[in-house]
Amino acid sequence: MTANTTSQGAAPPEERVVLKDPPLAALLAWLVPGLGHLYQGRIAKGILFFVCLTSTFAYGCYLGGSRELGWGRVVYVAWRDDDRRLAYLCQVGIGLPAVPAIVQASLVNKGKAPRWNGFMAPPRPEGFANVGEAAANALSNQPTLDELHFQLRGYFDLGTAYTMIAGLLNILAVYDAWGGPVFPESAKKEDDEPPREKPVPPEKNQ
Amino acid sequence: MDRLLIASLATNPLWHALPLIVVVSLVYAATRHEDTGFILAHAFRIGAWIVGFMLSVFAVLSLISWIV
Repeated sequence: MTANTTSQGAAPPEERVVLKDPPLAALLAWLVPGLGHLYQGRIAKGILFFVCLTSTFAYGCYLGGSRELGWGRVVYVAWRDDDRRLAYLCQVGIGLPAVPAIVQASLVNKGKAPRWNGFMAPPRPEGFANVGEAAANALSNQPTLDELHFQLRGYFDLGTAYTMIAGLLNILAVYDAWGGPVFPESAKKEDDEPPREKPVPPEKNQ
Repeated sequence: MDRLLIASLATNPLWHALPLIVVVSLVYAATRHEDTGFILAHAFRIGAWIVGFMLSVFAVLSLISWIV
């Protein structure tokens, strides 16, 4: 394990951060928001990231679902002609909380019905032409995308926005676990310092 | 009329922006600092900036709708 630090040298003591093993911390931070920071001993930030990001993602799942439809209907994996779910690329930034969508999509691709009352399951396609017959049969009990929009109204988009923002913010947290904070004060101090004189190269002997 | 106005304000989906502003401000500020005091101060500044930006967009749109 290597113990990397950031903002060393002239930085005040509170700005010195021990990053331990940055790649491992970044991986942990992606898997569970805040876990990488807890591993590095940055407890307050770890708790802040965990509470803020998981609650935002969970609230998005709550908005984008109902007891009848199943929760978390706004987080799903689909790549077909009638529904290319690009939002999932942002949502997966939250790590493990978005992984059930991959499990549900792989189950459907194998011709098995989604589990957990449709939690993060893809919607039923409008026609058989967009997916294989096995996948279409597996999704026969699921609502279509139109039905989701009709029943959830604006909350479908709100839930999508919440979960996307949570995923994107966690990417910032992953970067923080990898490289440490930016410290704008330090950057300003460096900017305010007068430029150092360039070393004069020795004269060439002719 | 007042009750209608209050009811429409209470159920306005714009309220959903409030927790998002808090979370975005806190997380962004936390990636810029390590000290909790700096984080909170920076988060407050970012939050105020976002709210100010939204209000200015609201003012511009209101002006346009009033003119047109």
